[in-house]
Amino acid sequence: MSPNPQVVADILLEPERYELYAEPRYRFDLDVPLDGTRRDFLKTLGGGILVYLAVAESDEVQAQERGRGRGRGFGGGGPQELSAWLHIGEQGIVTVYSGKAEVGQNVRTSLSQTVAEELRLPLSAIRVVLADTELVPFDMGTFGSNSTPGMAPQLARAAAAASELLVDLASEQWKADRKTLVVADGKVADPATKKSLTFGEITKGQKLTKTVTAEARSTPPAQWTVLGKSAPKVDGREMVTGRHKYASDVKRPGMLFGKVLRPGQYGGTLKSVNLDAARALPGVTAVHDGEFVGVAAPNEQIAERALAAVVAEWNYPAQSSSATLFQDLKAGGGDGGGGGFGGRGSQNRGSIDEGLATADHKLAASYTVAYIAHAPLEPRAAVAEWHEGKLTVWTGTQCPFRVLSDVARACGIPEDRVRVIVPDTGSGYGGKHTVEAAVEAARLAKAAGKPVKLVWTREEEFTWAYFRPAGVIDVNAGVKNDGTLTAWEFHNYNSGGSAIQPVYDIRNQTSAFRPARSPLKQGSYRALAATANHFARESHLDDLAALVKIDPLEFRLKNLKDARFRGVLEAAARQFGWGKVQAAAGHGFGIAGGFEKNSYVATCAEVQIDRESGQVQVVRLVTAFDCGAVRNPDHLKNQIEGAVVMGLGGALFEAIEFADGQITNGRFSRYRVPCFSDIPILETILVDNRDVPSAGAGETPIVAVAPAIGNAIFQATSQRLRSLPMAPNGMPKV
Amino acid sequence: MPDLAELHVNGLVRRLDADPERSLLSVLRDELDLTGAKYGCGEGRCGACTVLIDGKATRSCVTVVGDCEGKQITTIEGLERDGKLHPLQEAFLECEAMQCGYCTCGMIMSGVSLLARNADPAVAEIVRSMEGNICRCGTYTRIVQAIRQAAGVLKGAAP
Repeated sequence: MSPNPQVVADILLEPERYELYAEPRYRFDLDVPLDGTRRDFLKTLGGGILVYLAVAESDEVQAQERGRGRGRGFGGGGPQELSAWLHIGEQGIVTVYSGKAEVGQNVRTSLSQTVAEELRLPLSAIRVVLADTELVPFDMGTFGSNSTPGMAPQLARAAAAASELLVDLASEQWKADRKTLVVADGKVADPATKKSLTFGEITKGQKLTKTVTAEARSTPPAQWTVLGKSAPKVDGREMVTGRHKYASDVKRPGMLFGKVLRPGQYGGTLKSVNLDAARALPGVTAVHDGEFVGVAAPNEQIAERALAAVVAEWNYPAQSSSATLFQDLKAGGGDGGGGGFGGRGSQNRGSIDEGLATADHKLAASYTVAYIAHAPLEPRAAVAEWHEGKLTVWTGTQCPFRVLSDVARACGIPEDRVRVIVPDTGSGYGGKHTVEAAVEAARLAKAAGKPVKLVWTREEEFTWAYFRPAGVIDVNAGVKNDGTLTAWEFHNYNSGGSAIQPVYDIRNQTSAFRPARSPLKQGSYRALAATANHFARESHLDDLAALVKIDPLEFRLKNLKDARFRGVLEAAARQFGWGKVQAAAGHGFGIAGGFEKNSYVATCAEVQIDRESGQVQVVRLVTAFDCGAVRNPDHLKNQIEGAVVMGLGGALFEAIEFADGQITNGRFSRYRVPCFSDIPILETILVDNRDVPSAGAGETPIVAVAPAIGNAIFQATSQRLRSLPMAPNGMPKV
Repeated sequence: MPDLAELHVNGLVRRLDADPERSLLSVLRDELDLTGAKYGCGEGRCGACTVLIDGKATRSCVTVVGDCEGKQITTIEGLERDGKLHPLQEAFLECEAMQCGYCTCGMIMSGVSLLARNADPAVAEIVRSMEGNICRCGTYTRIVQAIRQAAGVLKGAAP
């Protein structure tokens, strides 16, 4: 697998987004006529006003997106500098176009609120078109908690500019001073003359476009009237009635149902294949193209039968297993070696040797984290339809333009022949950056001459997607009797470099990420390696606090200057009653904190351990979170609760097991995810920091969950658990 | 076995022509265009496909359609009456008991079945009864709250 150089050059955030380096698995040579023309959506808009937002040079992330994107798709043409646009039609309807995808994080609602804030409109008057590559400007993807800090301010500026333009047009018409006009309820009004015009009356007959720069002003948080308040999910009613159509619900005329033949082990290559029996079934199209073997049939049952009728032989390479995983990772890890990806270089300060020499206590320990699965409840799904040499794919993904590029490359057609439409998706958690099902459905649809739907089974999703990287983390640290940290040495093998550097003030420190060769396909997962790195760091700090007999909260505060970090630790502790109450027999309390993606979190945990069975039950989790100005308190709370629950699974029991090139627990009856009975009392404190621009919130609240639970287990049992998951079958036997 | 010719769904007799060995889920979704019930696992372990059969919450992904002949099937699409949502649907909206929404229909159908059995379930009873429904987004606390809230509304509405 050779990384695509353009992608490698442009991945701007974290090296552990391995899945974004991957080439498409298949390369087809399809006979596709390339005549006919692309639709130009701007022509179909009709009259009204259209406001484009140009990317600011100063905005590093968006500037890199632009450099990478060149408009549409990863290599496509199209307008270069635009990151969002907004249209106000002749009926006064405001439509926003953005490349972000809705995966349950409520970006559709928060972007609606953002635009409503500037245009003084009810949310119901705003349409948000997301993630349809034919209609929206290029976007690198919905990840890295970047929708709120990246996209929202841009849309706010576009909306603010639109509002200004409406005022200009009204003032021209009335020959009135624009400063006296006010915008409210979908109208521009002149209080002096009591005249008013609806947005539709103003835009009627207009065909105006306006480009604004990112420097345009939008409403500051202190003056928010729509933002900062809880607005309900804009399409909630569609969800509770079953009317929302996910990609897996899309139906096209004459549509067939597809299935793909998978090797019995990873790395399998075809030795021979016979499709005769499959083709003998009614209405079945069977395809063998390189390493691809698939079938399409009039319904799912016939597709399953056809797949079962395919006779194939495979060659398999030698395989490793989870039994030797951590030795394998460490043996394969080196200074930037393995996997072909550069490590995040060591971040050094002072001298570890000197720091250890001045310490009263030294502590070295090794931590491990398992592979875990995202297990989004909607597995990968796609519907593909060819029409006059053009391919349309409906699919659920966090990266519509990435999928577009993958499909175009696999099919050997130009990117402007592919349209990817992403209905609001059944979640992703970092796991839906690639959608192989889109390529597979496209290949089958080409052969069948009909639209094809392909929905991965749960077992396929568990086996053929990608995992949160496993890793080994070695920590060596020194501390003085008064609690001052003197040395901190931290090596992460394979799991990733996110949040690897401590925010604590430590005079002598070094932190390094050492990529290794992963036996399993791995990639992004909510918060990336910030979860693993915080687990090791915050567990180790807890041990150091115990060594010098200082309260864990006091110990952290003693080594911490960062005011916002201190703020969340203190807020969580206060709500929890830290230091005020004693844990009951068999119970324990733990605290941990973290910083990542410009937001701060602290978690306090109470656990209960059953002495007989060793079962660990988390009783209570208190989370304090500071992501700057809060845009929608209830949705933020929902995100935090969700991240905390997900973190609980990875902390205690989630782990992918594998042997002989197979996942051995790849289904919900074998892979335990958090259920109703696992859920503790959840308390959430939002630190609404209005002076700080809003950061994203989908990821960081997960990072302190595992160490807080581990620290609580330590307090209850004096047993330090250094492997995630910590207690898959209750407390490990000592 | 001859093909199945009709199903009783949401108070209507629906004509169809389906192999009785097919899953109820695939027939509802692919033949009758009732896509509220979702595929999540295919082994009855996540609850996304939950529908009511004669009022009882049932995993449609592991139910063969032939076994449903003559039985009353209710899907999420059948809960709304005259444009009015079921109190549990309303409660899900009010509690924001969802994120991506993919589990939501199955959760609501399981909750409706629970409320039909027990008009005022305590939290422990809700947890026990709903245990087989997975919300990977982790909105469990809100779902419990929504069921409690709907129970209150239904109790108030009872004669």
